[in-house]
Amino acid sequence: MNENDHKDLRDLLKQNIAPVTHTELRRDLWPQMLRRLDQQQPVRVPWFDWALAAVAAAALVLFPGVIPALLYHL
Amino acid sequence: MDLQERFAAGDLEAFEVLFRQHQKHVYAWIVRIVRDSGIAEDLTVETFWRIHKSRARFNPDGNFGAWAYRIATNTALDHLRKKRPETELPNDLAGHPNPDSAVQRETRDQIRQAFNRLPAKYRLVATLALIEEEPYDKIASAVGISSSLVKVRLFRAVRMLRKQLSSLQVRTPNHERK
Repeated sequence: MNENDHKDLRDLLKQNIAPVTHTELRRDLWPQMLRRLDQQQPVRVPWFDWALAAVAAAALVLFPGVIPALLYHL
Repeated sequence: MDLQERFAAGDLEAFEVLFRQHQKHVYAWIVRIVRDSGIAEDLTVETFWRIHKSRARFNPDGNFGAWAYRIATNTALDHLRKKRPETELPNDLAGHPNPDSAVQRETRDQIRQAFNRLPAKYRLVATLALIEEEPYDKIASAVGISSSLVKVRLFRAVRMLRKQLSSLQVRTPNHERK
């Protein structure tokens, strides 16, 4: 089998599905790429927020008595 | 540190340089497969998104262009798999100079339908080898298979296509000679 095989079918296809002739890119895609990168950035939580959440969780575990008071104030 | 090393380390400026160097080639390759400029632009961005995501796996001493072609081909193949086979073959970039008669138009539609019904991996190889006349070794490198497997896929695609065309009573020149 070589690249000259299937010539009949190749000719038939090319008569009916012409090769793509306009392959040049008409615009710079970098701005679109940047938007895509921005959209897919994972949400970053600052370390201070993690520390605050840890302190709050620890407080709830160590002093469960504050839970009703906390709920009352919510 | 050279450009590819900086890219692999996550440097956005290095990625931008590589993007600008290769976007035209990647687009030109994808548009030959999907045959629609708008879809090809979106898939080019998707290709570079995948490249950016897997930058840590890229060998900085390797060939970035060849790697990009491989990812672009997989991205285009995923698109062909998702697309319903009944949809019209996009062909906005290839003109047909002669106005068709109704019979020619019908034959053309039947041939396109038969081509569209090929499974995606066979349609990809058939498009590149038969319509775009890309060499087997280039297709093999872009798809990530051997040249022998490209020939096998092409042989199967041709067999399926001949069967479909025969059931639609479309005669190929070879068929007419028999």
